[in-house]
Parts: sequence; structure tokens; C-alpha cells
Amino acid sequence: MRTTDQAGDVEGGEPVPDDAEPSDEAQDRAGGATILGRITASGFIAPAAGLIGIFLIFPALWTLYLGLTDVRLTGAAAADPQFVGLDNYTAALQDSLFWNALVVTLIFVLGSAIVGQTVLGFTLAWVLRGWRSRTRQVIEVLVILAWIMPGSVVAFLWIAFLDGRDGTLNAMLPFVTDTEWLLENPLTSIIVFNTWRGTAFAMLLFGAAINSIPPSHLETARLAGASGWQQLRDVVLPRIRGHLLTALLLLSMWTFNLFTPYLLTQGGPNFETEILPIYVFREAFNFGRLGYGAAISAIMLLINLLIALFYIHVLRERNS
Amino acid sequence: MSAPTRRHEPVRPAAPPARVVVRAVVGRIGFYAFVAVAGLFFAVPMLWLVLAPFDATPGLAAEIPSSVTLDNFRAVLENPFALRSLWNSLLLSVITTLLIIAAAALSAYALSRVRIPGRDLMLYVLLLFSAVVTGTAAMVPIFRLVFELGLINRHVGVVLVLAGGLLPAGVFILKDFMDGLPRSYEESALVAGASSFQVLRDIVTPVVRPGLAVIGVWALVQVWGDFLVPFILLRDPNLSPAAVVMFNFYTEGGTANIPLLAAFSLLYTLPVVALYLFVNRRYGFRFYGGIKS
Repeated sequence: MRTTDQAGDVEGGEPVPDDAEPSDEAQDRAGGATILGRITASGFIAPAAGLIGIFLIFPALWTLYLGLTDVRLTGAAAADPQFVGLDNYTAALQDSLFWNALVVTLIFVLGSAIVGQTVLGFTLAWVLRGWRSRTRQVIEVLVILAWIMPGSVVAFLWIAFLDGRDGTLNAMLPFVTDTEWLLENPLTSIIVFNTWRGTAFAMLLFGAAINSIPPSHLETARLAGASGWQQLRDVVLPRIRGHLLTALLLLSMWTFNLFTPYLLTQGGPNFETEILPIYVFREAFNFGRLGYGAAISAIMLLINLLIALFYIHVLRERNS
Repeated sequence: MSAPTRRHEPVRPAAPPARVVVRAVVGRIGFYAFVAVAGLFFAVPMLWLVLAPFDATPGLAAEIPSSVTLDNFRAVLENPFALRSLWNSLLLSVITTLLIIAAAALSAYALSRVRIPGRDLMLYVLLLFSAVVTGTAAMVPIFRLVFELGLINRHVGVVLVLAGGLLPAGVFILKDFMDGLPRSYEESALVAGASSFQVLRDIVTPVVRPGLAVIGVWALVQVWGDFLVPFILLRDPNLSPAAVVMFNFYTEGGTANIPLLAAFSLLYTLPVVALYLFVNRRYGFRFYGGIKS
């Protein structure tokens, strides 16, 4: 990162306490005050702070309160919701479909984000490094296009691709089959779909990380007779651990909150792909139980917090 | 990386042992096998999007069209929602993007030039948090909030929610650009009597234009593809953006209208692809800011 003041800056995604270098702060204040006064600065920050405060932070806090009420989408409880305490939470813990959604979500995150996207993204970045060829460019463009194309288009592309009767996948397979992949292997299908969809981020991140390793280090290892695997283990991995953790954190959180599988399966068949976001959507907007949906949202926020804390803990441990 | 340096190797063994040759050959075969499989994995699901829109009898299979036609695009013109939804998508993405650029530029500049305790940690936490909340975890409170504000079924509701959700990342990236600027020009301009806003507009903005382009393109692509927020907040199909209309095309009852789906998918995807190819050619596509460049 190109920063002039180091204290408190986030290097490679690692939060550092702000009071690390007090002398820098004093120097900063002396320089900063002449450029922008406190009041002008507040005015500059206000529009963004307002939008973020009202449409991002407030909803997240409000979900904690709504989760304690019986507010509904329509009817009397929509206009005048009652406080019901922890009823929604006890109901959730007794709902087998909640536990189903939790387990499906964990498998989905593990399979598509942690295994699929991270492993495939790293492998692509490592294998294609330093290969100057048109083919490499084409593959990278394809991977990135899969990532940036609109979700509802890629969802339909995969519905067509996986179709039992006419799908291209079945036509390509060497044996004759009419497997309806989205009905017979729904969870595997959305895991593979999401790996296809999101590998670009890991590939780009790891590509940048591998490029930042001085070529002389790899060259030295190569001359010393290290195989590709040994170079990877002893030279590359120790240097990109920060990137690896960043990728794992971001990919887990994004995937945990992803709604795109809804566009393929709407959670079906028989709740087999009903990840938590789809469960919240169904309860809140199909059944009108907004209060219950808010309670599940609060549980999701808690799990996100745990993922983030776990990551920060691992980073701290590495630093100390 | 390794190819150019190899040329400078002082000594090259005359005949490498057979074991090394075998390993190199196997390695090469494995390399090409992996490249081929990975290429196919990413390319094949996209083939339909390239072939079906021009096929006189499109199905779900990706096939070379037996006869090429542009008739499928007529289905888009005749559908009452298709073109309107593309217009809605354009409207939503452009307005949201402009709002994000303006608000992010102002606040990133202020955050970069005035020291606020805990600023960077706060920005980082917001960044993580925004990825979570705008996703799905806050769909219920966002719906209630927009409902209470009387903005259900209005584009402005979608614009505000998406702007709030995307802003933290925009500020984060832009601040990184602004941190890298020398302050001497700004100081001279201030001495010459310019106001802070003039300094931002006339001195800082031209220099950080690549940063503005990065968050602009990124916001455009995000809003253009976003499904959940308009799906929840807009009820009138005449107001729906292409993401929602596309979903309705293939999920609403009856047999799917494949010619319409094929042509519409292509029209809806092309702007993103064009934008990406343009950016890639002009600036190169890489990481900025928070995620080490």
C-alpha cells in the first residue's frame, strides 16, 4: 500500500492498533490541520457517514431489536408488533429446518469457498505464473468474466448446463446419462457452481502475492535443486500467509452471506440447498414472519463476528 | 519470471540425468492437462450465452446454430418488460455510482488529511461489515426501514441502500489513493487563497482520477448485477431491473421462452463484459488499496 503515515494503517489486511506511534500522530496533526479544518472535514465526511449510518449500521442494530418482536409482513402485527422476548430464538433452536440450513451453509462455505475457490484460485495463480502466452490471458479473462457477469445470467447458464435432458454437461460426458444434476446432486451442484463463479478473487489475490516474491528467492531455491513442490512449501507459502488468511476470511464471509444459490434452486429440492440466507428470505418474505427472520439474521451476524474474530486471533498469534 | 533469468545462468549441465528429463516431461504434460481442464471448466458453461442468442431454434444445449438468425432479439423488443428493465438497471447503476463516487471522494479526502483516532481500524471493520450486511443478513431491517420511509417501490430506496452498503469499500480504496498524494500542492493552493472544496475539486480530483475510475467501475458492476435488494424493495415489474426480470423470465410458470432468455441474457451481460475488457486494456486489471497491489 502506498501510504505516507504508517501508524494504524492496514498492511495486507492486518488491523494494527492506532496508538502504535504517538509521535506520528502529533506530526500528522500539525500537517493535517493546515490543509483541512475540523469543521470542513466533518462536512466532507457527513454524506458518506450518513448513508453508511442509516442504511448499513442502523439496520444491523435494528435487526437485534426486530428479532425480539412478532412483527409480520402484513396484518395487525405489521402495524403494531408486540415484544415477545426470546421466543423467536427458542423457536429457531427447535426448528429442524434451521439446523438443516446451518449445516447446509457450513458445507457450502467449506466446499465452495475454503476448498473450491481457494485451492483452485491458488493453483491457477501458481501454475500460470510467469507463463507468457495468449492461452493464459484467455483463461484469466474467462475466470474473471465468470466472476463479474450478472448473477441471474450465470445462474441460468448453469441451469441450462446442468439440465438432464438437453444440458451440455450430460452431452459431454463419455457415458450416456440423463442425470438431473440440480435435483439429484443439488448441494454438490451449487458448490461447483460457486467455485466456478468466485475463483477469480482468489486467483487475482494469490497472483499478486506470488508476483511480490522476489524472483531471486525462487531462483536460488531452484538452483539449490528444490522441486516445484519444495519451492511452494518453503519459499512461497511462508510469504503469502497473510494473503491466504485474508482470502480465507473474505471468501468465508462472502460465501456465508451469499444469496445467489437462490437463483439456481430457490433452496430446493426438499431444502437440500437451503442455506441460511434463503431460509431467512423464505421465513420473512414468503411466510411473512419478519420478526423470526430478523432473529435468524442476528444469529447470522453473530456467526460472521465469530469468523472475523477467529481470523484476527490467528493474525495476532502470527504477529506476536 | 524464470524464463528471462534462465538465460543468465553461467553454467548449463551438458546432459541432465534421465530422471530429471522424465520428471520435466511429466511436469509439462501435467501442466497442459491442468490448463486444458481448467480452461474447459470455465469456458463450457459460457458457450450457451455466445451461441444460443443467434440460433434459429435455441434450446438449453450449447450447440453450433444450424441456421444463424437475429430473430431472437426481436423477442426482446416485443417483451413489455425486457427493454424497460435494462433501462431501469442503467438508471439504478449510474445514479448509485455517481452518489458513491461523490460521497466517497469527499470523505476519503477528509479522512486522509485529518487524523481521527481509530480511523483505519474503523474503516476496516466497516469494510468487513458491509460485505456482510448488504448481502443478506440485514434484509429484514432494510425492508422495514425502506417501508417506514415510504420508499418501497421507488428506485431511490434501492439507490440509497446500495450506496450505503458499497460506500465503505469505496472510501477504503479511495483513501489509499489519497494517502499517496504529496500535500505540498494543496498547501500552496491554500496559501494562494483557495477553499478546501476548490482544492479537492481542482487539485486532488484530477490526480486521483484512476482511483475514481476504479471505484466507479466496481460500483457499476455491483449494482448492475445486484438481485436481492431490488427483488425485496421493488414490487412493480415495470420498475424492476434486468437482474429481477431475468429471474422472472426463467422461473415464472409455463415453458421458458428460450429465444427471449438467450437474447436478453446476452444484452444484459454485454455492458459488463465490454466495461471489463475496456478497463483491462486501458489500466490492467489488478488489486488496489486494501488488498495489497
